[in-house]
Amino acid sequence: MSTPVRPELLLGDVGVGDALPELAYPVTATTVVLGALAARDWRPMHHDKDFAVERNGTRDIFLNTPNQAAWFERFVTDWTGPFGRLRRMTFRMLGSVFPGDTMALRGTVTGTGVDRTGCGWAALDIVLAVGDETKTTCAAAVALPVTEDDNPWGRRGDRWTP
Amino acid sequence: MSAIGPGDIAGMIGVPQYVEEGSFPVERGYVWTTCSSVENGNPLFWDDEVAAQVTGGPVAPPTMISVWFRPHHWAPGRAEAALPLQIHFDLKDGLDLPEAVMSDNTIVFHEPVRPGDRLTTSQVLRSVSEPKTTRLGRGRFWVIDVEYRNQRGELAAVESYTGFGYRRAGGAS
Repeated sequence: MSTPVRPELLLGDVGVGDALPELAYPVTATTVVLGALAARDWRPMHHDKDFAVERNGTRDIFLNTPNQAAWFERFVTDWTGPFGRLRRMTFRMLGSVFPGDTMALRGTVTGTGVDRTGCGWAALDIVLAVGDETKTTCAAAVALPVTEDDNPWGRRGDRWTP
Repeated sequence: MSAIGPGDIAGMIGVPQYVEEGSFPVERGYVWTTCSSVENGNPLFWDDEVAAQVTGGPVAPPTMISVWFRPHHWAPGRAEAALPLQIHFDLKDGLDLPEAVMSDNTIVFHEPVRPGDRLTTSQVLRSVSEPKTTRLGRGRFWVIDVEYRNQRGELAAVESYTGFGYRRAGGAS
């Protein structure tokens, strides 16, 4: 008999201005190459330092965009737990992340609500920074259970309007 | 691509182009490799019991949507694949705008993607602005949607890209 899985975070637990737990991560060449290959991005500036320096004019290989999306997803669902279901994400890329950088992801709740189908949501502003420099911003919306028995993943068709 | 006139743009808006099927079904190996690359311990992807209860079976991380369409580095007898966002390059060439940038992109997630799914993608031009002058130069903004559907035709995700094609300020007209 399996134990029922319960939501870790409900909409009512969340308020505008709340900060998500910060995620700091030391980026290595392995981080960059593993992320690029996981995203099936074979372009040389994500694994070949000579190419990145000579052809892209960057100081090293750098994190690719789809893998950054995966970092943002992890950052959000570390906070929500498995019942959190992403509705949308908007990215703005401002700078590159290189081996040797310690990247920090920080996020704030900018809005909460329940849509016309009854789906609870939280809007988040997330920043990926290295030191004082913002490298990527992500505005995200994630669906959260409204009650212990609610599950955003159960919504389909007209009941899911992200 | 030949020159695009104002009448041609109206005919391109809302029409799916460059329909393409992913070259392999959605599979869990890549899900695990991706989760491992960002140390994502979400039990949805690692614990079948949790996935069964919460998502009705295994799903792929929503942000992996474009991963399923990146072509193999090599494949036997392969013809040249369409570029991602081919419409962006068509507009740049057809409107004779030598430079172009992508300002931002949005992904909206719909039906969950599951191992075994065969996904199809298409590109849809949503809008092209009148000529505008920005600090980069004079050009036009456009919005391109990339739609992803599963084998039942259900929408899995839409990526929207805002591009600005332009001629540099002070450059030859």
